Amino acid sequence: MFLSRPLFRIVPDNTQIAFMRGRVLGIAFSALLSVISLGLAFYPGLEKGIDFRGGIIMEIRTPGPADLGALRGTMSGLNLGDVGLQQFGDDSTVLLRLPVQGEEGSTQGAVNAVRGALEQVAPGARILRTEAVGNRVSAELFANSLIALGISMLAMLAYIWFRFEWQFAVGAIVTLVLETTKVVGFLAITRIEFSLTTVAAVLTIIGFSINDKVVVYDRMRENLRKYKTMPLRQLIDRSINETLNRTVGTSMTLLLSALPLALFGGDALSGFAWTMVFGIIASTSSSIFIAAPILLFLGENRLRRGTEAPAPASPGASGSATGR
Amino acid sequence: MLYFARWKVAAILGVILLGVLLTLPNLLPRSAIPSWVPARQIALGLDLRGGSYLLLEVDLNAVVRERLESLADGARTRLRQANIGYLNLQAQPAANRLTLRVREPGQVQAALAALRELANPVPVGGGATAPDVDLASEPDGTITATLSEAALRARASGAVEQSIEIVRRRIDETGVAEALIARQGASRILVQLPGVEDPNRIKDLLGRTARMTFRLLDENANMQAAVPPPGVEFLEGEQAGTRYPVRRRIEVDGANLSDARAGQDSRNGEWVVNFSFDSVGTRRFADITRQNVGRPFAIVLDNKVITAPVIREPITGGRGQISGNFTAAGANDLAVLLRAGALPAPLTVVEERTVGPELGADAIRAGLLSLAVGAVFVLGYMGLAYGLFGWFANLALVVNILLLMAALSALGATLTLPGIAGIVLTLGTAVDANILINERIREEVRAGRPPVSALEAGFTKASGTIMDSNLTNLIAMACLYVLGSGPVRGFAVTVAIGTIASMWSATVLVRLMVSAWYRSRRPKTLPV
Repeated sequence: MFLSRPLFRIVPDNTQIAFMRGRVLGIAFSALLSVISLGLAFYPGLEKGIDFRGGIIMEIRTPGPADLGALRGTMSGLNLGDVGLQQFGDDSTVLLRLPVQGEEGSTQGAVNAVRGALEQVAPGARILRTEAVGNRVSAELFANSLIALGISMLAMLAYIWFRFEWQFAVGAIVTLVLETTKVVGFLAITRIEFSLTTVAAVLTIIGFSINDKVVVYDRMRENLRKYKTMPLRQLIDRSINETLNRTVGTSMTLLLSALPLALFGGDALSGFAWTMVFGIIASTSSSIFIAAPILLFLGENRLRRGTEAPAPASPGASGSATGR
Repeated sequence: MLYFARWKVAAILGVILLGVLLTLPNLLPRSAIPSWVPARQIALGLDLRGGSYLLLEVDLNAVVRERLESLADGARTRLRQANIGYLNLQAQPAANRLTLRVREPGQVQAALAALRELANPVPVGGGATAPDVDLASEPDGTITATLSEAALRARASGAVEQSIEIVRRRIDETGVAEALIARQGASRILVQLPGVEDPNRIKDLLGRTARMTFRLLDENANMQAAVPPPGVEFLEGEQAGTRYPVRRRIEVDGANLSDARAGQDSRNGEWVVNFSFDSVGTRRFADITRQNVGRPFAIVLDNKVITAPVIREPITGGRGQISGNFTAAGANDLAVLLRAGALPAPLTVVEERTVGPELGADAIRAGLLSLAVGAVFVLGYMGLAYGLFGWFANLALVVNILLLMAALSALGATLTLPGIAGIVLTLGTAVDANILINERIREEVRAGRPPVSALEAGFTKASGTIMDSNLTNLIAMACLYVLGSGPVRGFAVTVAIGTIASMWSATVLVRLMVSAWYRSRRPKTLPV
């Protein structure tokens, strides 16, 4: 049966790419992208979704084609702040946005005012969806999301520190920061709304990305024990190459599951899914080009103390301190 | 490693069978399942089935203010009874305290004793109680009564609990099925109303405190005065421009009502609310009306006078009627509110998310399509890239999704649109373990090991890595679950369960399949 054998391999066997040779370039390029991304986060800035900005969104379906002019006129007359109206899908569906209202209680007042006005200007129109978030709630959601991101990074740092050496943990966190900032830049460029679901995507990427790094680090730890005299630089290259197929393979399957969400998941999921797609690509490349090379800077002398001394004199290469 | 004891095989098959059994009820309509079967179904979230999600906030400041005001009232009475002169009696809600100055510093101790009796006991944990007010005095006769931390906490918690109860009763009255009402955080109440497309009436009902009181009017009060006489307040009437001098003293409280129904007055056909008191209310109302025939009294709802009729004769039957230019819906709503009882503090809707059924159906369709396409992609890739072992992994992946559904059913979890996204992503992450194992086996084969030993080494060496790498996913999802809200939590739950299930199905189950295959075929080389 022909299907019982693998039909292809993404990375051929015996691949030996000298990743370490490009490490300075790789890290510099990544840092540059991250700096640009941070700049983009301030200008033009992130498009905060209703979760984090507060305000009102209503999806309205009118019986016939919507008269945007009349709607705009009526809604502006309510004095609820800048009214945003846009066609959404077909021409009888309209998305209405209102900014956050002053007090918590007045948000509901505004929703009712819009409902009332809608009856007048477009009789028979139906409201398919209403989201109204007050400013206190949105501020809390925003703060909680940032806390979740921060805590998850600290948890990852602690976990890797516990399971490996501190150099691994620092390498992973630096990489994570570089990645997360790039995702922020991606959001700023694509104008994908920064909302609770985007944060969920970023957290998933963080989990996946560390997962990726753990696999590479695991192999490095194993090789540190196996090849006690191999120079660290060569050893890192070897570890990356050995795990390359797995790294790319897992990213492939994850991409293959995220892409359908981006393409067919509808408006509610597309922002989430595109963020995932970008994050998967960013984290895969950083697993290869950033996370391991950083170790070379941090661990040149420490991770391999045994290189200068003869092997029997250094039974406990520090890489095995937490080994099982 | 490749040997499985018979009981182990049975246990593995048992787990799968259990998964099938737990998942099955989801394929049947609720009504088709006999009530004696302990079956649970996955509930669809509001974003998928349509409905309204409301987050209400209890105004805890109002609770504090009310306690301080009642403290002030009590202080006035007590100090007067004890003949203690005082100045500047003031409630300061912002500082949670009440201040006053005793005229004669010599009477401070007596005043403190009188005030101490006003304190209510609050539980402070361990079954012990403490007074809810801390009293302090200064040499110049200033006394401050501060509500203690424990008292504030107990009061807030009590107010939220009571509000939840009242909210539940009010929503039950509207006939919404399967409403979910739960406390969230210190001062919030989450309300989920499946199938409710227009939550306006419910928001209306929940937005009213509905505290009804029966009080007497002060006929001698000068309505033109800037400040009402002591013990009286000027309240507006339902009709614009009307004001009434209402005594502060509450004769009968709405809490003493036993029933309230909307009805039509037989004489003029106007909509009214008929109510009846419980025994305490009946007795009090009879006493008041007997002593005050010919005088007006006021029915006050949320600090507005609904009606202020003159008492024509003693009302001893405990029944009465409120008429106040109601519409049918207005009378009905008031009856609902009176039956359900008053809220201890005002509620504000701080977040609303309402989705109509069409959008929910669209979301389900989009989610299922993504799931189907994702499944084809991932299964196809695994099969083509890894051959036989890839197909084994695919079989395990199907079992993984089955177990995920089973776990969600058993937990009675809610499936949201992000939750579906979580299932789709699980397709991608679950096979990671198999990729790790396959790559490892391949390396071992290339290192020259014979098939059995390569298989064993592959599974053993990869298992540590699998554990390590999956834990990071779980950590991230735990952070998301704890700090996220609503639908996003559904995502965290599905991804976490999917990850755990994959650790089992990708290792144990695939190993069983590989071992069965190896023992029946005894291949010379492995298809890797």
